[in-house]
Formats: sequence, structure tokens, C-alpha cells
Amino acid sequence: MSRNRKNPPGVDPKLLIKDATRLLSAPSRRLFLRGAASLGALSMLTGCDIVDGQTSENALRVISRFNDRVQALLFSETTLAPEYPESAITRPFPFNAYYNEDEAPDIDGDTWQLEIGGLVDNKKPWTLPELNALPEVSQITRHVCVEGWSAIGSWQGVRLSDFLKMIGADTKAKYVWFQCAEGYSNTIDMPTALHPQTQLTLKFDNKTLPTAYGFPIKIRIPTKLGFKNPKYVTAMWVQNNDAGGYWEDRGYNWFSGL
Amino acid sequence: MTIEAANHSPIARGLASGPLIHPLWVRVTHWINALAMFMMIGSGWQIYDASPLFHFLHFPTQIALGDWLAGALLWHFAAMWLLVINGVVYIALGILTGRFRRKLLPIRLTDVASDFIAALRGKLSHDDLAVYNAVQKLLYLGVLLAGVVIVLSGLSIWKPVQFKWLTAVFGGYDRARYVHFFAMASIVAFLTVHIALALIVPKSLRAMIFGRAAGVS
Repeated sequence: MSRNRKNPPGVDPKLLIKDATRLLSAPSRRLFLRGAASLGALSMLTGCDIVDGQTSENALRVISRFNDRVQALLFSETTLAPEYPESAITRPFPFNAYYNEDEAPDIDGDTWQLEIGGLVDNKKPWTLPELNALPEVSQITRHVCVEGWSAIGSWQGVRLSDFLKMIGADTKAKYVWFQCAEGYSNTIDMPTALHPQTQLTLKFDNKTLPTAYGFPIKIRIPTKLGFKNPKYVTAMWVQNNDAGGYWEDRGYNWFSGL
Repeated sequence: MTIEAANHSPIARGLASGPLIHPLWVRVTHWINALAMFMMIGSGWQIYDASPLFHFLHFPTQIALGDWLAGALLWHFAAMWLLVINGVVYIALGILTGRFRRKLLPIRLTDVASDFIAALRGKLSHDDLAVYNAVQKLLYLGVLLAGVVIVLSGLSIWKPVQFKWLTAVFGGYDRARYVHFFAMASIVAFLTVHIALALIVPKSLRAMIFGRAAGVS
């Protein structure tokens, strides 16, 4: 395919789509073990049959859950992601999703509402003008994709911890779950939700968030990998059960902290 | 099992003889490391493919570990524990037993030059496997250093916020990815020579398995 000029080197917007399609089209396939050469060599090295897909897949998932706990311990609510000057902003900032840019949800900002649910005192839905009237914070931070590439962007919006306190959320709850317009979702841990840089984002580069970057709102979390930064958010629930997420359910590590 | 016991074990007696070249701890950590590196490099290639650093370099899925990015990442972040725990044990024992000092030091530049020329002429002796020539010393020290760099640069791209000071040491997130890549490339280059020589000098392979180099008489 021809290189999309809008992406930094190495970003192939079709890769994720391709991966997702392969995965979705064959739900029962062995996800983790392929490559005849490597498997043969691994069997020889270990002298045992660990190539049984389901066994190693289960073992890898157990270790991934262990890594979630290690990352939660490493996470510090006071350690801030590095911030950059405006000159460092990646322009144009890449669009990235498991679908093409022209397939991104086109949301009507006049009728859109943020639904609030779960362990929250005030579950009144929020309109875009109401959110825009709240005190604004700003950050220029690095978005790190699970694929390895990164890009620096400028985001403005409401500090999520302030918003959670304002709506009377139970901040002793374990998780915050986000539902998005196109069916995407994420669950994040409460310590990350309360991190000072975690932001309910309304603007990119001081302008209304464009469709490509998640209009009307995205959740910007500079302490997590990009796929843990949901766009086109329509609902936010505070809860004690882990509702998983789009990519987390497909094998990416749940915590995915930076 | 103690090292002494291992020396007289039926396997050691039955399949190899001669003086003990590699104590048991060296052999165990060596082969665990081989397995861990195999998993780290195989899955690392698959991860690299998701966002290649060089447009001319792409690793075929057939030789990579993990069916796609998610699987490769699960392998990588599982095998890292094996690599790091085993590596720490190996380096600690290497220092504490004095083996590193005895085997790898001193390295004199003049010896490296003369041994390198001898190696190119095919005249470098491997008669005494217990003694490393200067080129071997340099390569073994070099791969140890590459191992330390690959773990630290890997940590810095895994946790560029929590360990941002470490990421800064490598020149920032993007440069740290290149450091991680070139550390891998150096280790693969080492392995190519290392494995080729082990096959050319089979008694060295025997020594790393049984501890002794000579065959059964």
C-alpha cells in the first residue's frame, strides 16, 4: 500500500484493521503461536510440547494479569508524564483506530450527551456546552501506541479527577468504564482516573476536538498506551467490576501503563 | 545438587570426560538464557513489525513468535521475567565466584588484535576450552553489556512515564527504541558467530551441556 503521508514513519493505519479482521474472522484460532520455524525450535529447546496453543495462551494470560498487578504497583499518582513545548507537537497528529478515518463516528454535538452511571451521586447526563463551561486544563504530552510509534499532541479539557469529585463519584470504587459511540470501550483503574494528568478532553491544540481525534470528547491518559485513551465517549460508569475493553478482550495487556 | 555431585553424576561420567570446564550453574543459566533470548527475540521481531524502524526491514511472521501483535507482546512481557531473573542470578554468581574476573579479564588490545588475525587465518587454538582467547573475552564481555543495555532500554520504552529518567538516559522514547533495536541486532550478530563456532568446535557444545569437553573413551 502507499504510505499515508499523514502518519509518522512506521504507522500503518491498515495494520490494526488487518489484525482485527483476521482475529474477528476466526475467533477460535490460536492467537499466540504461529511460525513453524520458531515452534519447531522451541519444541527442540524445551524438549516438551508447549506448542499446545490453549495451554500456553492460558499461561500467557495468567502472566499478563500478574503484570497488571506489577504495573499497578509501579504506577505513582504523583509521577507526571513528561510535558513538551508547542514546537514538539507532531503535525499532523496521526489518526489511529481499527477502522479508517472516513468511518469514524460523526456525532451531532447538539444532541450528544455524556451518560453517567454506576457509583455516582449525580447521574444527570452532561451536554457539550455544560462540559465546555468547566475549568480547563491543558497538556502537551506523548501519545505512545501499543505498536511502538509515538506522537506528541496538545489536549485541553476538564481534569477527570475534578469531574469525578464534582458528580459525586465513589472514588473508592475500583474502576471507571467508558463506552464509545462506535462500540469501542475501555475500563481503567481508579488510581489512573484520579491521576492529575488524566483529562476529559474537549479540544485538540486549543480548537474543538476534530472528528478524527474523538469529537465530542476523548479521555486523555498520558500514563497509558494510546488504545487506553477512548474517543467518541458516550457513557462513563464508576464501578467495582472490570468490564474489560475492546482491545483488552482481544489480548492486549489490561493495565497497559507507561 | 552440588557442583561436586554433578561432576560425578552418571550423565557427566557417561557422556563426557576430562576436566570440568563449565560448572553446573553456568550450564543451567546458559540454557535458560538461551530459551529466554529465543522467546524475547522471536516475539520482539513480531512487535517490531507493527511499527518498523526501517522501511527495508520486516521480519517474516514464520520466524517470529506470536500470531500477531497482542500475542507477541504477551510472550515478550512473560519471557522478560525469565530473562531478567536468570540474568541477575548469572551476573551475581559470575561476580561472586570470581569467574568473570578469571575468565574475561584482563583484555589487552594487542592480544585482541593478534588473536583476531590468528582467527581469520584459522589458526586460533581451541585446545583448552577453559581458557578464552582475547577475541572471545571481548565478545563475551560485549554481549554481557548488550544484555544489560537491551534490558534497560526495554524497561525505558515499557515505562517511559514511571521510569522517565531512564528514558531520558537513552535520549527519549524514540531514541530508546533504536537503542533497543541495535542491542538486539548486536546480540543476534553475536549469536550467529557463537552458534556457528559451537557447531564447528562440537566439544565446546559438549562442554556446555555436560561440563566436560572430552568424549567417552
